[in-house]
Amino acid sequence: MDNLLLMMAPLFSSKLLLVLFFGTLFGLILGVLPGLGPTTGGALILPFTMTLDPLSAIILLTSIYCAGTYGGAITAVLINTPGTPAAAATCLDGYPLAQKGEAGRALGMATVSSTVGGIFSVIILVFFAPILAQLAYEFGQPEYFALAIFGLTMLASIGEGSPIKNLIAGAFGILISTVGKDFMTSIDRFTFGINELTEGIGFIPVVVGLFAMSEMLTQSTLINQVFNRISLKAIKLPSKEDYKKTWKTILRSSGIGSFIGVLPAEGGTVASLIGYSEAKRFSKKPEEFGKGSIEGIAGAEAANNAATGGAMVPTLALGIPGSATTAVILTGLIIHGVRPGPDLFREQPDFLYGIFGAMLIANVLFFIFGFFGAKIFARITLVPNKILWPMIFAVSVCGTYSLNQSIIDVWLMLFFGVLGFFMRRYGFSVVPVIIGLILGELVEGTLRQSLVIFDGNWLMFFTRPIALTFFILSLIALAFPLIRSKNLKK
Amino acid sequence: MKNVQKQKRANKSLPFFFRDEFRVSLIITLISLALLITTFTFDIVPPILNRGIQPATFPKALLVLIIIMTLLVYYLATKNPWKVQKKLPKSFFLTLLSFLIFVVVSKTLDFFLAISALSIFVSYYWGEKRIIYLLLVGIIFPIIVFIFFETILGLRFPPGILTNIYYS
Repeated sequence: MDNLLLMMAPLFSSKLLLVLFFGTLFGLILGVLPGLGPTTGGALILPFTMTLDPLSAIILLTSIYCAGTYGGAITAVLINTPGTPAAAATCLDGYPLAQKGEAGRALGMATVSSTVGGIFSVIILVFFAPILAQLAYEFGQPEYFALAIFGLTMLASIGEGSPIKNLIAGAFGILISTVGKDFMTSIDRFTFGINELTEGIGFIPVVVGLFAMSEMLTQSTLINQVFNRISLKAIKLPSKEDYKKTWKTILRSSGIGSFIGVLPAEGGTVASLIGYSEAKRFSKKPEEFGKGSIEGIAGAEAANNAATGGAMVPTLALGIPGSATTAVILTGLIIHGVRPGPDLFREQPDFLYGIFGAMLIANVLFFIFGFFGAKIFARITLVPNKILWPMIFAVSVCGTYSLNQSIIDVWLMLFFGVLGFFMRRYGFSVVPVIIGLILGELVEGTLRQSLVIFDGNWLMFFTRPIALTFFILSLIALAFPLIRSKNLKK
Repeated sequence: MKNVQKQKRANKSLPFFFRDEFRVSLIITLISLALLITTFTFDIVPPILNRGIQPATFPKALLVLIIIMTLLVYYLATKNPWKVQKKLPKSFFLTLLSFLIFVVVSKTLDFFLAISALSIFVSYYWGEKRIIYLLLVGIIFPIIVFIFFETILGLRFPPGILTNIYYS
């Protein structure tokens, strides 16, 4: 009961409500604009959160996360381009339905299923995060090391694209985290005599570079692309018939999305693809998929928004991000001096349940904004890239500079932008780099401290039951793509 | 689907050193090898102070892992070639050039001027020819961002021709 009251706290604070309002609005705008999204937006707004108290700052970031994930559906339905990668599966049926003159119905279903998926996942978060946090009390350094390895292998296994390329990207992310002074011995590593690098490479230049700047370079290759935009009169709430057809799909996808979100992977992107394919598998009319099936929209949208709450579970309970955007939120927590993990649940329940409540309210708010304002948000896509991207560049440069007031950070951002472009071009996902970077210190730190505990004996890792379980799960995760490809060949 | 197969066939017909998979794998391996060699220059902690492994051991292990996985990627690509990528358009190289101009101008002249120059350059080459819009993206918007960051975050931008005038 106390926790429920704590969850309602944002409703009784005008300041938090205002933060939620702007966060949701900003998230929707970011979601609607193709190429931008909650990860880039969260990273860009991170310096501004320094002017806020920790709860307001994290509420701002989480509301951007929830609304941004939904916002991608508007562009997916109206211009057949996913506003965020998580909305890619929504294009498959959203756009064909809009072409049939039913854009309002398609967006109505996307809005309702996103809201249901989001609320479902917050309920999962409220129940499971404290349980996971309680379990984490049993974890020592070797267990955390095994858990981080499990996270990275899961990312490689179920993330988008080639698992080996994902592993290379993850290892590269960890390698970036080793730049600077070694935290145990203070010895310089990969600094090449540059003083600014002794502090290491910051998270913001890497995220903004890999996401925003690489996207700017991608957009530079598409300047002659013409979008066929479908006009929208108004969003329609789904009819009784539509509800009858889709309620099972929405619930199934909400469950799938929450589960996938908990696993450290690409969160909403993978969840929506699985949610969509499962909706097709269970549908009575699978032949309608790809031609404007309302179930297809519900399956994809419920799953990608359900992944938001799911991804927050390991982020808050263990300090292991469940997606790229939660990696940004984790950075926000660390910047504000909040250490995620079991102690957070015991010492600051008001803070945690405030976040849970805010996520719940954000899901309701984006329903209202989406329902009444989709037509206006859709107009944002009319801003031409030749105007939009130079503006995004100006904000990215100032945002990156502002955190450490370092020009080297800005140059690093540009370097990672070029690198991210070529990585994406040759099929290397950039998300594992981000997760690797954020987990890097944990992986190395726990490994080295474990070896001190074990007196250098590596085999001792396998004498710890929890660590051993995570290692076995990692092996299964690595074997999973092989089994999957063999099954597909059959 | 047919297009992808065609692209893959086209890639297979190229000599191996022209194929993307070879060039990408080679670049990753060479960079990793160079970094691996660098790890041998890291200071060594004397045994009396050292607890656990040396600072260079972890990066070394990571780089060896990256090299092994890159070779595996190349081996798999010989069986299943990557699709041939389209040639990059002129606008991409101009945007890349604008990044370089930004670095040079921000280092030598002025940070704000660098943002302004890049914005106008990119906007113009991406097709915006109307002066009013070029002024909007190149001057008015950067000024708004500059003032916003300066007043809200109390940020002090690096010294330069224009910023010195503003701060004086």
